Amino acid sequence: MSKLKGWKDIPIGAIVPHGGTAFDYETGSWRSFRPVHDRDKCIDCLDCWFCCPDNAILAEEGKFKGFDMMHCKGCGICAKVCPPKVGAITMKPESDFRE
Amino acid sequence: MAKRLSTKRLALTGNEAVAEAFKQVNPDVAAVFPITPQTELMHKFAEYVNDGKVDTELIAVESEHSAMSAAVGAAAGGVRAITATSANGLALMWEILYIAAGMRLPIVMALVNRSLGGPLNIHCDHGDAMGARDAGWIHIYSENTQEAYDNTLQAFRIAEHREVMLPTMITLDGFIISHTTEVLEILDDETAKSFVGEYKPLTSLLNPDQPVTMGSLALPDYYFEHKRQLVEGMYNAPRVIEQVAKEYYELTGRQYGFLENYRMEDAEAAIVVMGSAAGTTKEVVDSLRDRGVKAGMIKLRVFRPFPHEQLANALSHLNSVAVLDRCISYGAQGGPVFGEVRSAMYGKTIPVHSYIYGLGGRDLTPHMVESAYNDLFEGKSDPRMRYLGLRE
Ligand code: SF4
Ligand code: SF4
Repeated sequence: MSKLKGWKDIPIGAIVPHGGTAFDYETGSWRSFRPVHDRDKCIDCLDCWFCCPDNAILAEEGKFKGFDMMHCKGCGICAKVCPPKVGAITMKPESDFRE
Repeated sequence: MAKRLSTKRLALTGNEAVAEAFKQVNPDVAAVFPITPQTELMHKFAEYVNDGKVDTELIAVESEHSAMSAAVGAAAGGVRAITATSANGLALMWEILYIAAGMRLPIVMALVNRSLGGPLNIHCDHGDAMGARDAGWIHIYSENTQEAYDNTLQAFRIAEHREVMLPTMITLDGFIISHTTEVLEILDDETAKSFVGEYKPLTSLLNPDQPVTMGSLALPDYYFEHKRQLVEGMYNAPRVIEQVAKEYYELTGRQYGFLENYRMEDAEAAIVVMGSAAGTTKEVVDSLRDRGVKAGMIKLRVFRPFPHEQLANALSHLNSVAVLDRCISYGAQGGPVFGEVRSAMYGKTIPVHSYIYGLGGRDLTPHMVESAYNDLFEGKSDPRMRYLGLRE
């Protein structure tokens, strides 16, 4: 999580002074379900990469690479669009991942 | 004393005087919608637009909500925007008033004070402005036509100051000032223009070299900080209001500040009042003084930011104080100005009394003002709010 700024250090009038600021914003903390990927099932169609609203699917050289957990908000769209016969993404409750 | 410059003496109504000031400022955008008693103001200004006296883009919108929205859009586009309204019109702007302030857009608005229905009434009280008390706007009240003109010119400098950046409303009492013809002194166009100066926006949505997002979302992690930042604009405003008033004094010889102290030096009791009622109160003070009664008056010019310290100092030598509110706050201990004044006087033992007067345009007669002074001098105290000119 990026450090939150005090009131003296933010632009006046809530202006967003440049582009790309969404990258600094942690939407990952909103997640109550976490996508889990099964490498053995995945066919690298990249439907999930196209559909993720937060650019949280990482791909490299046309292949599924992983999730960007700082930005994945757990919406489950990737699991939904993954072809039914493939089913390479499952949504698991965040509570499963707590110690 | 001020250096003399070319001025004109004209007989104008309050509405015409503000329209004259707007004409001299020549704002880029005026978003307007008619409502009594403001209508005549923008009607006059629209004539200036039609006659080519100003270059203003006049947008005749379909409601006051749209008028304020259009002013916000224009100001976000980096230009000087104005509007004017009254009563229900201001109420319809309510949502956007907060947005204008939150976005720190220095819009200047003339508010011609009128009561809010129901029952329906088109005459003066301050209930409209007080409803917008906490919207983050600067509020400047006028006693007469001259002040309405002077306050309008000063409002631009205050609102647009880099350390303030807050929308500013100047108010004039509906009909009492807006429709009364008085003689006033007008600066020549060039002097007025150079006093107000050119508007240089902090940022603009239309600047391709510096693309920005305005009107963005701030969640619980940042909203609070933005509100605190707005408070800072209000804290910076007094210095700017005083500086602008000083420059205006050097130009015109007319003195402005937060308060006008009238015969206060040796006063034993005083009334605090805003707007046109100050004129009536001064008359009463004079007649009481003629009879040896040590009465004084304080006219409050700026309601937001509220001059707590100055006011407490100005009242500290008195035996008692009455605050006259042309607005009622149902179920409260007194009118809204009273609440501020008594809060400013916290820790002092001087009693502060609340009087409500003039709702829905009820005349405030010298006799009514005198009765409030009589209460003060006779030591008649009453913890409840009292009314001037109300039938039982
Ligand atoms: S759960 Fe939603 S946000 Fe997370 S990777 Fe999948 S599609 Fe993207
Ligand atoms: S949609 Fe499913 S199969 Fe396609 S790349 Fe994503 S995880 Fe792999």
